[in-house]
Amino acid sequence: MGDVIKVGMADLNVCKSPNIITTLGLGSCIGIAVYDSVTKIGGLAHIMLPDSTQIRNNSNKAKFADTGIEELIKRVTAAGASKARLKAKIAGGAKMFEVNGLSDVGNIGARNAEASKAKLRELGIPVIAEDTGLNFGRTVELHCETGEFYIKSVGKPLKII
Amino acid sequence: MATYSFDEVNEMYVDILREIGNIGAGNATTAIASMLQLKINMNVPKVQLLTFQELGSVVCAEDETIVGIYLEVQGDIDGSMMFVMPLDSAHYLVNRLMGRDTEYKEPFDEMDMSALKEIGNIIAGSYLNALSSMTQLTIAPSVPYTAIDMAAAILSVPAIQFGKIGDNALLIETEFGDDMMINGFFILLPELDSYEKILSSLGISM
Repeated sequence: MGDVIKVGMADLNVCKSPNIITTLGLGSCIGIAVYDSVTKIGGLAHIMLPDSTQIRNNSNKAKFADTGIEELIKRVTAAGASKARLKAKIAGGAKMFEVNGLSDVGNIGARNAEASKAKLRELGIPVIAEDTGLNFGRTVELHCETGEFYIKSVGKPLKII
Repeated sequence: MATYSFDEVNEMYVDILREIGNIGAGNATTAIASMLQLKINMNVPKVQLLTFQELGSVVCAEDETIVGIYLEVQGDIDGSMMFVMPLDSAHYLVNRLMGRDTEYKEPFDEMDMSALKEIGNIIAGSYLNALSSMTQLTIAPSVPYTAIDMAAAILSVPAIQFGKIGDNALLIETEFGDDMMINGFFILLPELDSYEKILSSLGISM
């Protein structure tokens, strides 16, 4: 068992086998894991919002799906992963409160998931598994030895995708 | 309009929020106390300005379970507010309200959930009343929505709202109780132009 690297909200990092990279309690945010199975190098981003171009204060790249994913790919390829071999797995994007009011609290999770997939598609990185939506939080771990993506939720069995 | 950045607005806003927080938490505490027939003590609320990294673990560890009560706000101010507390505190309040042994820790059933919503209504309502009477603005809350989940997951909701305008989140910590101290956090999330309304209604020109 290797070390565990922790990624915070609006944050990202890279990880190599045998280490594990994790982010705790994804709600409406998305955890985007990318992984190269040959070099066993991966990375994880914890994004909060779909689109940096809609926001004036957008200097924190890891906060947004578009700039966050770009930065994540840059970091994992700099660490030695091959962009052509990268595969992505994503989780999160829940609707934490059953609101149907004015604000976008009800649909921000779905928009985050959609924006993340669109950006990955644009970069030619296949999303091979996802666990998004519904109404509960998720803690995720990318195990860089195997490429397995562990998803833990309150009162639910461990899910590995 | 909106010539000030969130961080600049924050400096003025923190002082005002502290004051509103004092009064609001006082009101909320009194309301809860009379509903539950408790003799309650309370501590002075603390205003905290946190980064997103700090926010997730402000109540307890990021993957521990907390209770979040969320309301949308309409009227002169648009936005939303949230009250979060540790699971222990929520159990304690619900047990008192339902007249049960305070040590009872079974998962909340439907009645408990509606008790929790009622507590949320009272806490949020008292808080918003304080804000409303200080600013003379009309503030109408929606029905409360509740979630019981990992701390970071629930706090991602306000974090995302704050994330649109800056890299910090503002919250007010309050503590009240009798034998057991309840530890809760208010998070008020006005839209950016509502901040200006709050400030200007208090005589602070922007």
